[in-house]
Parts: sequence; C-alpha cells; structure tokens
Amino acid sequence: MNTTLFLQQCLTGISLGGAYALIAIGYTLVYGILRLINFAHGDIFMMAGYFMIFAMAVFPWYVSIPIVLIATVILGVLIERTAYKPLRSAPRMSVMISAIGVSYLLQNLATYLFTALPKGYPEIPILKKIYNFGGISASLVTFLTPVITIVLVFLLLQLIGHTKVGMAMRAVSKDYETAQLMGIRIDRTISFTFAVGSLLAGVGSILYFTDRMTVFPFSGSLPGLKCFVAAVIGGIGSIPGAVVGGFILGIGETVLVAMGYSTFSDAFTFILLIIMLLIRPTGIFGEKVTDKV
Amino acid sequence: MLKVENLKVNYGGIEAVKGISFEVPKGEIVTLIGANGAGKSTTLRTITGLVRAREGSISLEGEVITGLDTPAIIGRGITLVPEGRRVFPDLTVLENMKIGAYLRNDSLEDDIAHCYELFPRLKERSWQMAGTLSGGEQQMLAVARALMSKPKLIMMDEPSLGLAPLIVKGIFDIIREINKSGVTVLLIEQNANMALQIADRAYVMETGRITMSGTGAELLANEDVRAAYLGKGK
Ligand SMILES: Nc1ncnc2c1ncn2[C@@H]1O[C@H](COP(=O)(O)OP(=O)(O)OP(=O)(O)O)[C@@H](O)[C@H]1O
Ligand SMILES: [Mg+2]
Repeated sequence: MNTTLFLQQCLTGISLGGAYALIAIGYTLVYGILRLINFAHGDIFMMAGYFMIFAMAVFPWYVSIPIVLIATVILGVLIERTAYKPLRSAPRMSVMISAIGVSYLLQNLATYLFTALPKGYPEIPILKKIYNFGGISASLVTFLTPVITIVLVFLLLQLIGHTKVGMAMRAVSKDYETAQLMGIRIDRTISFTFAVGSLLAGVGSILYFTDRMTVFPFSGSLPGLKCFVAAVIGGIGSIPGAVVGGFILGIGETVLVAMGYSTFSDAFTFILLIIMLLIRPTGIFGEKVTDKV
Repeated sequence: MLKVENLKVNYGGIEAVKGISFEVPKGEIVTLIGANGAGKSTTLRTITGLVRAREGSISLEGEVITGLDTPAIIGRGITLVPEGRRVFPDLTVLENMKIGAYLRNDSLEDDIAHCYELFPRLKERSWQMAGTLSGGEQQMLAVARALMSKPKLIMMDEPSLGLAPLIVKGIFDIIREINKSGVTVLLIEQNANMALQIADRAYVMETGRITMSGTGAELLANEDVRAAYLGKGK
C-alpha cells in the first residue's frame, strides 16, 4: 500500500468515524440523563434517511436538509413523550423494553410504508463533487464530515458546559428531585436532550447515507449497534468518549477493509467491545459506575 | 404566609402525616421538632410538591398551592434546603449557586456577593466541584443555593445534621441573619435546644401528628419537651 492510498483510507475512516461519533453522542446523552439505552436511536437515524428521500423529491437540498433535521427532532421527541415519559417511575428494565419495542415498531413501520427494498438516497451534488488535496481525492462529504463533527461537538460541549439549559441537563442527570427543587422541569429537560440527540443523528444520517447511497428499513440496525458500542468503548455518558469511540470504530473498520479483511470489519466492532469490557468496563472516559436508583 | 390545614400524606398504605395544621407567619422563624420518623421531612416535601397530599390544603399568602407541581411552587417563592444537603456533586460551587437561581432572569451578581459574605468559605472554593466539599461546606452551599432563588420562605430540613458544634452555631447565626433580612423561615431540627432558642413559634410532631405548640421559649420551658427532646430529666 503506498502512502497516498494509505492517507486516502485514513480519510475514509475518519469520515466514517465522524458519522459514527454523531450518532454515538445520541446514545450517550440519553443514557446520561435517563440511564436508558435508547435502542430506537439507530432507527431514528434510518427514518432520517427516508425523510431525506421524500424531502428531496420535492425541495432542493438546501431546503430539504432543514426539513429533515426538524422532522428527525420531532420524531425523537415524540418517541420520548409517548414511549418513555409514561414510564418515568417504572423500573429501568421496563423502559429498556419499551425502547426495544419502539425500535421494532419503526423498522416494521418503514417496511410497511416504504417496502423492504432499498431506496436510492438522493445525491446532493455539491457534497458528491470530487476534490483533490495533495494527491488525496475524495468527495466533499468525506472531507466535510470530520469538520462538521468537530464543530458540532464543540458547540455541544459549550451548550452543556456554559448555558443554563446545559446546567439543567447536568443537574437532572444527577438528581431528579433536587433539580425540581431548583425549579427545573424534568420532562422539558429530557425532551430537550432527545431533541439534541436526534438532531445529531439527523446530521449523521445525511453524511452517512450520502456515502452509502441507499436506505432500507434495517439501515439503522447495524450502524446503531456499532455506535452504541462506540459510546460504550468511550465510556457511556461521556461526550468526548462517544466521539473517540466513534472515530476508533470508523478508522479500525476502514483499515480492515483496506487490508482485505472486509469480512471481519463488523466483527471487529464487537471484538473491541469484548476486550474493552474485559479490561476497562467503564470505557475510556468512563467515570466510576454510579448506579442511579 | 404559609398555612397548612388538616394535611394527610400516605406512602402506599402507611399514613406518614395524619392530619396536621400549622401556620408560618410572615417574617418569623418557625420550627418543627420531633423524633425520627415523625413525618417532618414528609411535611416539607409535601409543601414543595415532591410528595402529593392525600387530604388537606396548603396555601401561600392566601393562595392554595396544593396540587401545583414542584417548579411552580418554587416559582411562588418557596425554597427547600433538603435533608442531606443534596448539592450537585459535579457542578462547581458557583454553578450550584447559579442553578439555585434557575427561575430568575435578572442579574445574580449582588446575590452571589451576598452569599459569599455569609459564607466566605464558598468564595475561596467557588471553582471546586461541590462533591469534593466537606460536609459542613456542602451544607453552607445548600443554604446559599436556596437563598439564590430570592425566596419569601426558606424551609430547612435538619441543616445542623452531622456538623461540628462550632459550625452548628454558625449555621444558626446565619439562619437568624437570613430571617432578619426579611425571609420567613421554617426549620426542622433534631437539635431542639438550638432551634427553640431562635424560634418565634414551635410545633412538636409525633408519629404524624402535632402534639404541642407554642412560642420557642414556652416549649423550652415545658417539662415534657425537656424530657423528650432536650434530654433533661423532670
Ligand atoms: N418514600 C417513602 N416510602 C415509604 N415510606 C416512607 C417514605 N418516606 C418516608 N416514609 C416513612 O414515613 C415516615 C415519616 O418519615 P419522614 O422522613 O417524614 O420522618 P422525619 O420526621 O423527617 O424523620 P427524621 O428525623 O428521621 O428525618 C417514616 O415512618 C418513614 O419510614
Ligand atoms: Mg427527616
């Protein structure tokens, strides 16, 4: 493998990793505030793919993108309101099962509405345009994904660390009752968290599917699972952890494909998960397990 | 200011508060004393809406607040320093104070300065994570956090719990000072002696009922209270 090709692969890996990171953040945010693994998150990402197909059938891309993002946010918040909120005081296992139910519901709904056949993902011409940087040529989306990821992560960290609503999110994630005593509305804060997670999944979906070119009802399953693993590897609950986990998986997977082991590229994710759980169950950036009752 | 009438609270089948009535007049310090499990914390938690009343009514300045949710009640000017401090461990001292003012949109500068005046220790430690503060410092922070909401009524659930005698005295001095600045105080204490000394009015609670009431001085002199809560034989 020559240097250019190597760099080319690295770029592909970083780009895939960026999309993974954006989705992994959704898992980590929701886990942080509800101690819930939102199994439906991957399917929200899949639905965002379909939203784009339908939006682009009518509107130009610059109108479609905001529509898709808004629709994805609405879907995420709606799921929280209908499937998780009524279970706020139920055992955590019930909420988890509800999440699995929503995941199947979305997959079957998509199959029913859009058939199981893969649909072509619309091309956004400027994203697909090939650029050349120092011998590496790739489409704009490949160069853009890591940049967008870093910018969004930076904004998210600002939001959580330095704004009132961010402070409320951190307070709610620690102590529901005392947060209420401060005047914070728990449900609103949780909805906001789902909105942010879904927004990032929407962005991730545009970047990911532009590269993949098709969407089908199970498009969200494997990426969803991988991004959950990314969040666990990074330390679930930690945003930098989700980002690092996403990049590790994206790069690792791409390197394996480049070396000719593409059959193992999915297995790699789970082997990494097992190793991580064995040597450092709390993940790279994970804190001590503070179980919430 | 605060009026509780015939309040009953259940936990499942257990009746924790069995129909109590009491009043907290504006500008006073009122204390509620009683043995463990008497229902004191439950009473305060019901006033803030964290626990639902089964019967009875709670009103603030003539308006019924029973049934409102906690943020709405806090918005009316009540605040609670909860049992066991409950500061947010991974927020800094300053952030904990700011989050106490969550419902306010005006400038916090003066109030932060005022809290630092009351508790100079917090000023030194404003960037420290609250979880790493000592117990006494956390208690100070919990009080400061409550004050940041500019309450009309501050309720404190055993603020002296687990603190060294000198710090306890400091806390009681500060309660007096808070009261002098115009905030009405409802205080729950195990430390009946100290509480009765600063209280304008006091209630004794036993297994869900109020069994005695009077001015702080009256209860301090009362034989039964002395025997049961002040550890002094008849
Ligand atoms: N969440 C709950 N579920 C069931 N029972 C409860 C709950 N909280 C309190 N109780 C019961 O209600 C009664 C009153 O409790 P409460 O905490 O109000 O007492 P307290 O007067 O504050 O006591 P202490 O001085 O020990 O803090 C106790 O018997 C307690 O066991
Ligand atoms: Mg108590």
